[in-house]
Amino acid sequence: MTLTAPLTTPLAAIGRPVLAMLAYIGRIALFAVSVVSHLFRPPFYPREFLTALMQIGWFSLPVVGLTAVFTGGALALQIYSGGARFNAEAAVPSIVAIGMVRELGPVLGGLMVAARVASSIAAEIGTMKVTEQIDALVTLSTNPLKYLALPRVLAATLAVPVLVATGDAIGIAGGWLVGVHRLGFNPATYLQNTYDFLQSWDVVSGLWKGAAFGFIVALMGCYHGMNSGRGAQGVGAATKAAVVGASVLILATNYLLTEVFFTS
Amino acid sequence: MIELSAVHKSFGPNRVLRGVDLTVPKGESMVIIGGSGTGKSVLLKCILGLVTPDAGMISLDGQDVTRADRDAFLARFGMLFQGGALFDSLRVWENVAFRLLRGSLKRPKAEAREIAIEKLRRVGLKPETADLFPAELSGGMQKRVGLARAIAASPEIIFFDEPTTGLDPIMSGVINDLIREIVTEMGATAMTITHDMSSVRAIADKVAMLHDGLIRWTGPVAEMDAASDPYLQQFIHGRADGPIASVR
Repeated sequence: MTLTAPLTTPLAAIGRPVLAMLAYIGRIALFAVSVVSHLFRPPFYPREFLTALMQIGWFSLPVVGLTAVFTGGALALQIYSGGARFNAEAAVPSIVAIGMVRELGPVLGGLMVAARVASSIAAEIGTMKVTEQIDALVTLSTNPLKYLALPRVLAATLAVPVLVATGDAIGIAGGWLVGVHRLGFNPATYLQNTYDFLQSWDVVSGLWKGAAFGFIVALMGCYHGMNSGRGAQGVGAATKAAVVGASVLILATNYLLTEVFFTS
Repeated sequence: MIELSAVHKSFGPNRVLRGVDLTVPKGESMVIIGGSGTGKSVLLKCILGLVTPDAGMISLDGQDVTRADRDAFLARFGMLFQGGALFDSLRVWENVAFRLLRGSLKRPKAEAREIAIEKLRRVGLKPETADLFPAELSGGMQKRVGLARAIAASPEIIFFDEPTTGLDPIMSGVINDLIREIVTEMGATAMTITHDMSSVRAIADKVAMLHDGLIRWTGPVAEMDAASDPYLQQFIHGRADGPIASVR
């Protein structure tokens, strides 16, 4: 052991995972560039895009809707009980609306889509890889990035903002239901307050976040599926990595976008 | 003609191909034999560009395959994968007609379906099979669908990766006969990898044995039994004793 080893060993222990993480981010960035570059080069696969749109958008609606309605209801109860400490119970409609459209709608919607969609994409493409279906695509003169990844990434980027908008409306409705039936708010006044305090940028910023989260979810699913290891264990690990990676990236991106949208 | 010259490929410390030299003349059926894990599949994948060799040269009709136009190059090939590699989300006829439904060989849907049904009939499957999904088929039927897909666009070169693995002896015989008939009928160049000796005798014009990352023996199938190479003799007779270690 050299004299500097006690100093360098802990540094190396920190440096190795940092370098590995940077390399991982770099690989994902290169993958993203490759996928997006196919957007401008034919051939295009509209049928695969429409199938992905149905799978990611339409079939995620129940889970996003349920998440939103319960979140809106719980938020109304929390704000009412918390606001009661300084006589601010009347702020429930406006805070529920702003909280839902700016933060909870996009973030929870994104996380639910990550759980449902990133896992299914990674498992599907990972299984295709281990059963040589991706090799078969190549031998059939079909680029797997163009045929498998691009339709899913594009569909998720377009579908998640629509899911977020729907989730926002359902979440506000959840808050309204609890506000009116549990907390004694006047139904019309609640809606009027919601409408008065909400600005268009509150909604639009949430939709931009939704688009970014949709892109991340599908990208992570495709990346981990295409880099899946061998066998059932490899596909399982790829699925887990896709969901964890997508969730962490969604939360990190949410922070960055909030900085950009609301502090400048 | 396919020519491989000093092709090397390693995966980490594992040196799979250590300088493979092989020539497959046009219109000939070459079968590559060798034990499990000797790099037979890697060799096929190197030719197709699915795996990039570390060194060496692979040419098709004298042209370096790495410099060829990828689409035009792949359009000349058909491949039957070991497990069929059928697309689960597509119906059987859509699998068979995959190439005919998109890309440079695109045909109208009705025509593509008709060709697919004709190819299915050619491999002994009824037209009713066309609308099933791959998961609804037996292993033998999946192989036949894979074969129909490989020949759907009438390729000049067909690769068969372990065509009889996992099939019973009768179904193996059926698949072997089909491969032989189709290759002769189409005048295609065929390259098959297998360790099933009944396939070798049914399909091959020529045989090459891959061992330790090198072509150990190559020659006409008729000369295989009389060859003096101890590795080849151990392999074709399935002996536990000999120069090939039984634990690899």
